[in-house]
Amino acid sequence: MKRKMETSELIFKIVAYFFLIVFSLMCIYPLIYALSSAFSSQTAVESGQVVLWPVGLDGTAFLSVLQDNTFWIAYANTLFVTFFGTVWSLFYSILGAYALSKKRLLGRRGWNFFLVFTMWFSAGIIPQYLNYMDTAAIFSNIGINDMKWTVVIAMGMNAQNIILLRNAFEGVPSEIEEAARIDGATEMQVLSKVYIPMSNSTIATVALFFGISRWNGYFWSMKVMGSQKYSWPVQVYIRDFITNSTQLTNGCDDETYQVYLQTHDYSPLSVLYSMVVCAVIPILCIYPFISKYFAKGVNMGGVKE
Amino acid sequence: MFKQKCDDFLVYDEATDSYSMPADQQVRDTVEKNKWKDTLFTILKDWRLYIMLVPMIVVYVLWRYMPMYELLGCFKNPSIADSVSDQYWVGLRYFYDIMFGDAEYSVEFWLAFRNTFVTAFYGLLFGFPVPIILALFFNEVRSNVARNIMQVCVYLPKFLSTVIVTTLALVLFKGSSSGDYGVVSKLLVWFGVDETLAKAGLVYTTQYYRGLYVVLDLWEHAGYDSIVFFAAVIAISPTSYEAAQIDGAGKMQQMRYVVIPSILSTVVIMLIMKIGSLLSVGYEKIYLLMGSNTIALEDGSYYTTSNYEAANTVSTWANQLSDYSDYRQAYGKAAEMLNNLIGMILVIGSNAIAKRATDVSLY
Repeated sequence: MKRKMETSELIFKIVAYFFLIVFSLMCIYPLIYALSSAFSSQTAVESGQVVLWPVGLDGTAFLSVLQDNTFWIAYANTLFVTFFGTVWSLFYSILGAYALSKKRLLGRRGWNFFLVFTMWFSAGIIPQYLNYMDTAAIFSNIGINDMKWTVVIAMGMNAQNIILLRNAFEGVPSEIEEAARIDGATEMQVLSKVYIPMSNSTIATVALFFGISRWNGYFWSMKVMGSQKYSWPVQVYIRDFITNSTQLTNGCDDETYQVYLQTHDYSPLSVLYSMVVCAVIPILCIYPFISKYFAKGVNMGGVKE
Repeated sequence: MFKQKCDDFLVYDEATDSYSMPADQQVRDTVEKNKWKDTLFTILKDWRLYIMLVPMIVVYVLWRYMPMYELLGCFKNPSIADSVSDQYWVGLRYFYDIMFGDAEYSVEFWLAFRNTFVTAFYGLLFGFPVPIILALFFNEVRSNVARNIMQVCVYLPKFLSTVIVTTLALVLFKGSSSGDYGVVSKLLVWFGVDETLAKAGLVYTTQYYRGLYVVLDLWEHAGYDSIVFFAAVIAISPTSYEAAQIDGAGKMQQMRYVVIPSILSTVVIMLIMKIGSLLSVGYEKIYLLMGSNTIALEDGSYYTTSNYEAANTVSTWANQLSDYSDYRQAYGKAAEMLNNLIGMILVIGSNAIAKRATDVSLY
């Protein structure tokens, strides 16, 4: 039996669908716009004809980005920082979370507070900046001059992720650990053979949180690296491109810009859009596979002690 | 074995060949001594566990707690020496200066301080209800495929970097002397926004900056934040709806008497969490959006706009002061100290309320 829909329900449904469709389109429109503009001709981009679809299909701007070595160096730097940063963060987070999850750890409450306090109170930009600069100086004293290592080692801490891991480890039944110990497993073996396999979905979630924040990291890389142009990750590179060609966003038609337009057959805006597309593509590629982990991570976020 | 144990605690009297209890203090001392032995023994037995803790502790001490020590520079005169431990104490002088003393910097400080609160408040006012509304609306979509597609779309912006998000915002609202301003600006002009401002770049105008910031924030986070509420809504048992329908409740009444009471506890917890993180407004995005612009008007004059007065928050202000090594650096530290202390009070306070109200502690 099909129930007859009331007027109020119908109105509510229409409002809901309308709002959701508009919001969904709003969320993906800027990316479609960027993609279309990346493949549009110079005149179309410069005169603002692109609204949704590419106007005057033209791949030269995209090709110029593909051939731009400095951009791909920046891209490689981002991959470097993302990979090593995630591995390093996971390394100390898993070890620390495992120790914190053990009831027999002395001063467990104290160590937890030590961790949680950093979520309550952050030192702020100036102290952290000074601290990172000191760190970089020390690193350079021991022969590591590449700022990428400072970024990898000293940044990207997240207490929330450690707490997620700790809660997952606490959820593993202690009987399994006891069985492993009776079989003669050491502490490290218990961790690697029991705890890590039994909470691998949480570890995957946390690895993704770390990885995404590393891939997207901008501010501190920019502050610390400064003029070390060949260490820049791709986010810093894109932003530098914008600030260097202020005409892009300003629209102040000065002569150098006109000269640029005459000597290139693509607009700098198209170059910018192409770089945005290149920087977003990896995220878009893995996004369908990871979105369910993220939804899960949010639901696990109920932190308790 | 037993005798050995007794020897530890009891006093042996040779004359009567018997044991007797020692004086109170002696017992206490022995137990205390053994407690330390026990502690040492447990640590030694589990030494691997403590070794595992070491990397995390080192990382957090070096790059989270050392900056906090560095922050104490707000009580010290920075022009004497570079390292905080070599500087001498000046007490609350810099706090007084940025609040009342220094004419130039106190104005900037209060502007930044006010902007931090206003930005955070707008974030709460709009950023909190919209995810709940989204979740309720998602619940109305009966087709799983359609809902999944829409959810994939609205979660997506969360995974883009701040640089990409701000770049997209800057080009969609970009200014232009010749009338080729950004696509969304054109739409807004059609809705009645002043064209001169659109030509100057809406992001860079004091009037529209806040609104755009709120919209950008919603665009980035609202979809992702709705996950938690959506999980609460779909957890409602269908029998509750059926019972309400049998009692003759219409759609709005079901909303009022079934859905809202069921998700209320989630809403309260999320609200408290949101208040807790109120003052940690994303400085990265503000830093990237802050700027000014000059365009040539048709009559040949120049028009300059800047969103500095609406955008600058305590963090970005401190960032502007971070390159100095004199009293201005201490000003920045003092401002951040104030801001972060208030933030910490909000977190602890909201957590205490949460504990009392819902029995759920967030930390």
